[in-house]
Amino acid sequence: MNITKSFNRSLWAFHFNSGSCNGCEIEIVATLTPRYDPERFGIKLVGSPKHADLLLVTGPVVKKMRPRLLRVYEQIPDPKVVMCVGACGISGGPFYDSYNLDGPIDDVIPVDVYVPGCPPRPEGIIFGVVRALQKLERLQGELP
Amino acid sequence: MSDDTKKAVPYTVPIGPTHPALKEPVMFTFQMEGERILKADFAPGQAHRAIEWMGMRRNPVQIVHLTDRICGICGVSHTLSFARAVEQVMEIEVPERADYIRAIIAEFERIQSHILWAGVAAHELGYDTLLHLSWRVREFAMDVLELLTGNRVNYGIIQVGGVRRDITPDQHETIHNCLDYYSDLKAKLLQVFLEDKTIQMRCRDCGVLTHEEALKLCTVGPTARASGVKMDVRVDYPYAAYGDLEISPVLPDAYLGETRGDVYDRIVVRLLEVDQSVDLIRQCLDLIPAGDITWEAKIPKILSAFKKAHGEAIGRHEAPRGEVFHYVRMDGKEHPTTWKVKASSYSNLMSWIPMLEGEQIADIPIVVASIDPCLSCTDRVAIVRDGRRGIMTKEELTRLSVEKTRRLMR
Ligand code: SF4
Repeated sequence: MNITKSFNRSLWAFHFNSGSCNGCEIEIVATLTPRYDPERFGIKLVGSPKHADLLLVTGPVVKKMRPRLLRVYEQIPDPKVVMCVGACGISGGPFYDSYNLDGPIDDVIPVDVYVPGCPPRPEGIIFGVVRALQKLERLQGELP
Repeated sequence: MSDDTKKAVPYTVPIGPTHPALKEPVMFTFQMEGERILKADFAPGQAHRAIEWMGMRRNPVQIVHLTDRICGICGVSHTLSFARAVEQVMEIEVPERADYIRAIIAEFERIQSHILWAGVAAHELGYDTLLHLSWRVREFAMDVLELLTGNRVNYGIIQVGGVRRDITPDQHETIHNCLDYYSDLKAKLLQVFLEDKTIQMRCRDCGVLTHEEALKLCTVGPTARASGVKMDVRVDYPYAAYGDLEISPVLPDAYLGETRGDVYDRIVVRLLEVDQSVDLIRQCLDLIPAGDITWEAKIPKILSAFKKAHGEAIGRHEAPRGEVFHYVRMDGKEHPTTWKVKASSYSNLMSWIPMLEGEQIADIPIVVASIDPCLSCTDRVAIVRDGRRGIMTKEELTRLSVEKTRRLMR
């Protein structure tokens, strides 16, 4: 991975649960805790979308969460990358035929990185974050 | 107090519903007077995925994988009670070995879930070191679960009529090592959580649920036991292998000599239950008989058996958060005609109201987390005071909580 000049700070992520089963949430938190410890690279979860570069979305987007997801997406400053964690956000997964879904996620907001799995392993999530970082660098390099 | 502030009291604080760190997004509304909560109300149901509706269009072999995904933390609890309900409708005798494997997986799930909760509780108090420590020790249980089932979360191990994977003799050593690790850890965990002065100050007599309220609101699991209600489905209605095991409900007075029903008591109950689970798994490993692990290995045969099943049944299981309950009705079709799920948090949510009323705003995170609700939705708070509106994020709430800890320590 080439660190471009424009990329001069750590990656901060905001996590949004759009009605998931919680499995992906646990794995995201497990990713952040000491065994994997991405915080040594400055990667951490933040409490406000306005501080984030990366949006981690889990869950199949239930109807009530759609406007909230849009609002959160709009609040993240550009350049931003969206990462969809888990099978149910990618395609509906085990909930594909539910009547209460507005998803999958890429029907609601544009997604840059997909991490498949139900739930994905922490290693998979870290790999996805690396990909997201590469894309973010590219986007930041393109900015005037 | 000047006149115009008087007019604004009580003011309303809505919290939620987005960014739950855990399961269900929930919407809270608080009536506040200064820092004190006068009235609390909440609206769950923000993450409705229509699981029962989908289940009634699938056959039980498919549903067991859907029940895994009702809640990612209780991956085996829902599946176990659903499978037990279907097995009773179909009048299947589950092989004894499968019953033991089910109990072992369920207890490992309790270990990881309770330690996960302990970490989250520490985080809500602003004690992040302990969050990271707890989650690190939790990884050992995850490793064993992965070894036994193939998955870290959503194990997919239970099938109607048995389990899908056996525990082989060469796995016993790893399991025993893991159990020894948690036995050695018990004293340390109790020490860091219970003797810590900060935790005592924040949790003692905070978020109290009295014995009568616990009974009246039909709370279940550790929340009920921490208020002195002696109930545990594993003891009251033994199923799987629990009938053969030595087990009694964990109550806080066994350790502390008294029951106050506060947040502290809930920590005590959960930590002691980790140790209880270790003991139960050891008993299971000693007693586990040889034999089949499923009543019928061929899926087409299971499916045709569904078409002959008529009747209704309930399945219950003591999940880490309390009793889960599944009702299934089959009318000679491949899919169930009725399926009703009652998760443990559903029974416990109402207990928030007596717990929160009278507490301070900075206590909301820990009290809400104390029933282990599968959610931590203290994301955004809008304070409307004198018509002005300020939004508080989850971070700010946590900051308030952390500040209170600091104040008390001074
Ligand atoms: S992808 Fe699977 S584990 Fe993740 S939230 Fe969806 S159903 Fe749960």
